[in-house]
Formats: sequence, C-alpha cells, structure tokens
Amino acid sequence: MDLLLHQALSGLATGGIYASVALALVMIYQATHLVNFAQGEMAMFSTYLAWSLMQAGVPYWGAFAITVVAAFVGGVLIERVVVQPVENSPILSLVIVFIGLLVIFNSVAGWIFTYTIKPFPSPFPEQPLFGNRYLSSHDMGSTAVTLVVLSLVFVFFRFTPLGLAMRAAAQNPVSSRLVGVRVGWMLALGWGLASAIGAVAGIMVAPVVFLEPNMMGGILLYAFAGALLGGIDSPGGAVLGGFIVGVLENVIGVYVGSELKLTMALVIIVGVLVVRPAGLFGKVHVARV
Amino acid sequence: MTGALLQVRGLRAQYGSTKVLHGVDFEVGQGGITTILGANGAGKTTLLRAMCGMVTTQGEIAFGGTRIDGLATESIVRLGVAHVPDGRGTFLDFTVEENLRIGAYIRRDRDGVQADYERVYAYFPRLKERRRQQAGTLSGGEQQMLAVSRALMLKPKLLLLDEPSFGLAPLIVQELFDIFRTINRRDGVSMLLVEQNAALALRLADHAYLLETGRVVISGTADAIRGDESVRRSYLGY
Repeated sequence: MDLLLHQALSGLATGGIYASVALALVMIYQATHLVNFAQGEMAMFSTYLAWSLMQAGVPYWGAFAITVVAAFVGGVLIERVVVQPVENSPILSLVIVFIGLLVIFNSVAGWIFTYTIKPFPSPFPEQPLFGNRYLSSHDMGSTAVTLVVLSLVFVFFRFTPLGLAMRAAAQNPVSSRLVGVRVGWMLALGWGLASAIGAVAGIMVAPVVFLEPNMMGGILLYAFAGALLGGIDSPGGAVLGGFIVGVLENVIGVYVGSELKLTMALVIIVGVLVVRPAGLFGKVHVARV
Repeated sequence: MTGALLQVRGLRAQYGSTKVLHGVDFEVGQGGITTILGANGAGKTTLLRAMCGMVTTQGEIAFGGTRIDGLATESIVRLGVAHVPDGRGTFLDFTVEENLRIGAYIRRDRDGVQADYERVYAYFPRLKERRRQQAGTLSGGEQQMLAVSRALMLKPKLLLLDEPSFGLAPLIVQELFDIFRTINRRDGVSMLLVEQNAALALRLADHAYLLETGRVVISGTADAIRGDESVRRSYLGY
C-alpha cells in the first residue's frame, strides 16, 4: 500500500509534465486540427537555452523567466514565418512541415550543444520538503510549478477577453473575423503560449531525464497518449489524461515490470478509446442532418 | 439620398471563374434601411459578403466617405460594420453570454458594453433566461436573435442582415422585424437587408434594389417598388 501510494504520487509529478505538453498539443490541435510533432523538440531547445543562460551566470529563476519569454516569442515567430504560409495547403504538407521542424530542432541542438548528456539543476532543495517520505522535493516543486502554469492558462482562457478571442478564433474563424478578432494573430499567440508551456515542462523535467537533444521524445509520446485519453479537443481532458498516464506509467512499472510499462499504458489507452473514441472528456460531435 | 452611409459603385465579384456580380450600384442612407431583393442565386449573399471583405471584388465601396474595398474583414468590422451572416455564425460551443462578450471584443468602453448587454436582453428576454446555456442548444429562432444581438454588441453604424427570416416561424419573424425597426429608429443603426421574402423586406425598408443574376434591374423607394407591376407579379405574388 505504501509502495502504491509512493508510486502514484511520484507518477503525479511526471504526469504534470505530460499534462503540460498535452495541453500544448491540444492548443495547436484545436486551431489547426493537427498535432504539432515538433512540440517536444521546441521544449527541448528552450531547455538548452535555459541551460546556456545558467552557464553564462544568470540565476536559475532569471534564466527560467527569460527562457519562457523567448520560447513564447519563438513560438509566435514559427507560426508567422513557417506555418502561416502553408496554412491552406493539404494536410500532408503541414505534417511534413511539423516533422521538418522536429528534425531541424533536434539536429541543430545536437550541432550546437552536442549529444553529450548534461546534468540540469533543480531549483528545489535536496532534502525532501516538509519531512514527507513519499516525494522528492523536485517532484513536489515541479508539480507545484506545473499546477500554477495550468491554472494561469485556465484563468487566461476562461476570464480574459484575449483568451475568449483565442478560443473563438480556434472554434469559428469566419465569425471571429466578423466580430473584429484578428484571427491570424490569435493562432500565432496560441503557438507562442504552447511553446512557453512546453519550455516550462522541459525545464522541470530536465533534472529527471537529463539534458540531451532526444530528452523529449518519450515525453511527447506519453503526452500525446494523455491528450488522446482525455480527449484531443478538450484542454481540461488532456491535462487530466496527462496526469492519468503519468500515474499509470509509474504504478505499472512497479507491479508489472518496467519493460512493459509503455506497452501496458498504451493498451489501457487503446482500451478506453475503443469504448469512447473521443476520449474520456472529448466532445462527441453530433451533426444535425 | 443625401449623405449616404454606404455607397457602392460598379461592384463586381466572382468565385474562381464564375462571375456573380456584374457591376452593381447601390446606397444605404444615413439612418436608412435598404433592402436587396432577388431570387435564389441572384448574388444577394455574395453582395453582402463583399461589403465586409469576405469575397474579392472590383469596384468602389465607400463607408462613411472612406473606401473600404480591399480592406481585411477585421478592419472593416472595426469601422462599425456588423454582419449577421447566413447560417447565423453562432459560436456553438460558447454560452449565450460568451457569444455576446466576443461580440463586444473590439470595444473598450466598459460602461457602454454593460449598457448594451441590458439593451439586447431587453430586446430578447429569452436570451437573458438562457444566458448560461450553450448556444448550440438554442432553437433556430433563438440563434437568430443571438446572431443579431452579437452584431449589436459591436455598436455598429451599419448592420448587414443576410436572410434573417430564413427557416423561422412567421410569428418569430414578425417579432424579429419589429425589433429591427426599433433598433433602426431608437439606436439610429442603418441596415442593409437581403431577403427572399420581398413583402416583409419592403415593409421595413425605405429603399429597395432588385437583383437578377448579378445585376440591379429595378431600384427606387420601397413604396415605388411595391407598386411596380413586374415586382408585384414575380416577387410579391398578387
């Protein structure tokens, strides 16, 4: 029982990372109906930026803030420069662009920073917080950071006019233009936000998986699974799906064996999707004929 | 018509190689209501879409003395042109209230926006009852009310109405058109109304244009058009 609790709790910490990346995926998906395969590599690149800043002597939280802002600007630029020109092309062209971005970020990171695995600092103390026996302080701290980010995103989309406009632009671009929303910029902002969220996830997970150009590969896969499980068109569902996948992964790793944890996680996800194709919280689209 | 709010000269529009409008001239007076009549496929919806940059056009479109042809839809909207499109353009996943909030997106006068919520809820009390309800669950009539309300939240100078009577029960249509008249008189909103129901449109409008396969064939005051022999026989049916 103690072991289960321990594993479930530390699963929540990795789940938070999956949830963040899943949310980033869903944000792009809602606007473009495509999964941005480069989401993980963009996060990895941002993490390298944070690392470089720290190497140059910038304190941890300063590097964190600069990186998040830079990731936001980078996301906006990528949408404007690379994605926007191919917006109306066939789906396959867009898929190729996303895969191209993935490969470019991966190899440029390898070229600049080499493929050597680097340690990445955690801002949280080494001793467990509050004398608890279950969670390392980094797990607790990164979960807290993730929860803050997710809450901020929720409040932004729910209660601010700009958040409402971004949701409107993703849902109905034609009507959005008719109320004066600049739809193109809303999509670019969405990319910026997704990229910034990914950067936070990358920085939070790097002390666990260590810094290297392929660090986000597995995470993107789990995040994608989480998004599908929760519902790829439901931000809240994707976040919850990310947490569920994180916990499942950990618990299965202990009770079934770590060789099978990815397999078992995917089996459960496929099982859910067979019963509920739209995901646990996804909207079932009903068309009136 | 002196001091036209909207003045259109030689408007042409096409989809691909299919020409839809072949040089159309018309005006909407300051505070006036102009209606464009015509059968299915005459180009009415295209004409309305052309007014806010949703189709590429040639010709002159002047709004309040400024050329707006070639501007992006968002920019035209920001000048005070609100469009109630065919199909109503409702944000189906939003609540009624969120639909109104997004309607007021470009406005910065908080007090004015607050007053306008009350104003549209007074026009359409049923929307107030359902303000927390998802817009996709509304009936057709309620969605049309919501589309008009969303457009009013923009505080427009000109309201473009695309077949607002389409698919609605006669009683609801009557209610809607009475409110159009009130909005026009009390709030001074000019209107460009596209309708297949000519009798209904001519009762509301002061000027009318009859569109046939992309050309204006008859134009004049609503009274004159109502008295026109050929219009009466082809479009009014008596």
